[in-house]
Amino acid sequence: MKCNSCGGKAVVQMRQHKLALCANDFLEWLPEQVERFIKKYKMFTRSDRVLAAVSGGKDSLSLWDILWRLGYSVDGLYIGLGIDGGIEYSDQSQRLTEKFASERGLQLKVVCVPEVYGETIPDMARRTTRGKTKPCAVCGLTKRHIMNRIAYEGGYDVLVTGHNLDDEAAALFGNTLNWAAGHLVRQWPVLEANQPGLARKAKPLCRIYEREMAAYAMLRGIEYIYEECPYAVGSKSIYYKELLNRMEADRPGAKLSFYISFLQAKENGLFAPHADPKVEQLHSCPTCGQPTSAPGECAFCRMTIKVK
Amino acid sequence: MSVKLILRDKEFTVKPGMTLRDALSKIDVLPESVLATRQGEMITEDEILKDGDEIKLIAVISGGYANAAIETVLLR
Repeated sequence: MKCNSCGGKAVVQMRQHKLALCANDFLEWLPEQVERFIKKYKMFTRSDRVLAAVSGGKDSLSLWDILWRLGYSVDGLYIGLGIDGGIEYSDQSQRLTEKFASERGLQLKVVCVPEVYGETIPDMARRTTRGKTKPCAVCGLTKRHIMNRIAYEGGYDVLVTGHNLDDEAAALFGNTLNWAAGHLVRQWPVLEANQPGLARKAKPLCRIYEREMAAYAMLRGIEYIYEECPYAVGSKSIYYKELLNRMEADRPGAKLSFYISFLQAKENGLFAPHADPKVEQLHSCPTCGQPTSAPGECAFCRMTIKVK
Repeated sequence: MSVKLILRDKEFTVKPGMTLRDALSKIDVLPESVLATRQGEMITEDEILKDGDEIKLIAVISGGYANAAIETVLLR
């Protein structure tokens, strides 16, 4: 197969775009696409201070690399979760993230959950109802809290995460199956900081397929943690991704169309803001100051107090 | 006469002469879920697999608590 740009040997075929590219052209094309979506959804500009949440995985490290190559001012935030899983998962991912940052001379902030909050995520989860069966909900809650706090307190204009199109389509699929109106109302490439204590958030990779992100990481020689989080095995999100990929195999572009049609439907007013009552009744947590949906301490503070 | 495909700790064997896409279909691996490399070089799905080829498949799906990290509201 030939590269559609230079006629050389293609290494990446993107059937949803009817496009095949060689390594060099793909490595130019992908950042251009990301830049296009940053502008389209008014995510941030080159004068903004950006904080990238990085996990050591292919998506977040590649996102940081792309934004750095595009000339944005981006610091990284790594959250150490204390997950071992027999493969030293957190230690490995932290080492790879630190190596990535140091090779490029980038600033990396590290928040180590066991050091700051006294326990690893799996230990914290075992003590709570929320995490009794699996620590993923506790992990998500903790990461959201820390990311928001560091971005807000650090005066960053925006926090970016490496959610790709497959992540977005899988979340949309799950939320649609359950008609989770609140989540559907909030799902968008940018989340505005419309409450005191909230940082602005954006997902620059929301229109890029997961496979393309892996290809980018590989072709750029980015060393990322290949092993999946041990607790992600059997997760719903992976199940939804597999289902969507089955559709994609038969109908190239199905995932992209599903997500873009949703964004267009939202722009046309399909999901009214009042479908998400929580947003209209947010309160400030007396302990951390972050918004919460009911008076009193937020879920994260209640959880960490309980642990303490 | 065989082609070896390796995905994580699994090995599959197919006959040479078929495309990578056909080989993936034969071993029931979705093309969207992997990248394929031969001798360290990425290859596209139309590539004809030759006798003795060793194809490394790199899984690309990651997940867990999908999208939760970007939620704005701390749910009670």
